[in-house]
Amino acid sequence: MPLEWIYALIGGVLIGASATLMLYWNGRVTGISGIVNNLFTRNPALWRWGFVVGLLAGGLLLRGVRPEVFVTALQAPRWTVPVAGLLVGFGTAMGGGCTSGHGVCGISRFSMRSIVATLVFIAAGVCSVLAFQMWEIIG
Amino acid sequence: MKKAFAALVVGFIFAIGLGLSGMTQVTKVFGFLDVFGHWDPALMFVMGGAIMVHAVGYHFVRRMNAPVLDTQFHVSKKRGISASLVSGAFIFGVGWGLAGFCPGPAIVSLVTLDERPWMFVVCMLIGMRLFTLLSRTRIYSPP
Repeated sequence: MPLEWIYALIGGVLIGASATLMLYWNGRVTGISGIVNNLFTRNPALWRWGFVVGLLAGGLLLRGVRPEVFVTALQAPRWTVPVAGLLVGFGTAMGGGCTSGHGVCGISRFSMRSIVATLVFIAAGVCSVLAFQMWEIIG
Repeated sequence: MKKAFAALVVGFIFAIGLGLSGMTQVTKVFGFLDVFGHWDPALMFVMGGAIMVHAVGYHFVRRMNAPVLDTQFHVSKKRGISASLVSGAFIFGVGWGLAGFCPGPAIVSLVTLDERPWMFVVCMLIGMRLFTLLSRTRIYSPP
């Protein structure tokens, strides 16, 4: 088993453990898109901001000790980034979740909605990568 | 205040998990979705590990009458596969494959101060807002 698979597994275990702690303490689902989408509502709960601050604090620690875990650029034109952001924001709001809310939390409680959503967004991601590569070859 | 601190601890562990697992490397996400090219299965282990732990955790935590810091659990009771669930997931997937970012890793990557995650997160917030506005109009009528 390659070392990076082991890291992937350890990282996954930490993600699952943190989602369990969220449910145990706050009774909430650790769905990033939902948490972020509700940050700017009229009556924002403080815990959502606490969560985002925690994410950034974890990011800062990573940047300090293992900066190589951040790779933010694909060999793709820059216009793809804002377009991707719009699609991800719109899609997660419409579909009610992202990789964490549907992919981890939803599947863990065997929710049929989340299983379908996860299969659909992975398939769409595969199509997106394939389409982009085709387009690059033709263009 | 206690809930906010608890969520902060959760966010911290979550971010470390994302970093160690490779989710903050857009090249790895791209490799995972490149099924017909040079497929990199590593990210399957992230989801596998997370689900393994949380499926057991969820089972035991839901046996409690209430969470430690709240009077009730806030878990979606929605059922049924709706058109908005499927189309929303599809739109999200297309965007995910295009830049390699999903919401969590993009937010954690803001600390690099690199322009790409910032541009992504700002546009993601705009996209969420656009959906909220659309969902208030008559064009969009959920079942």
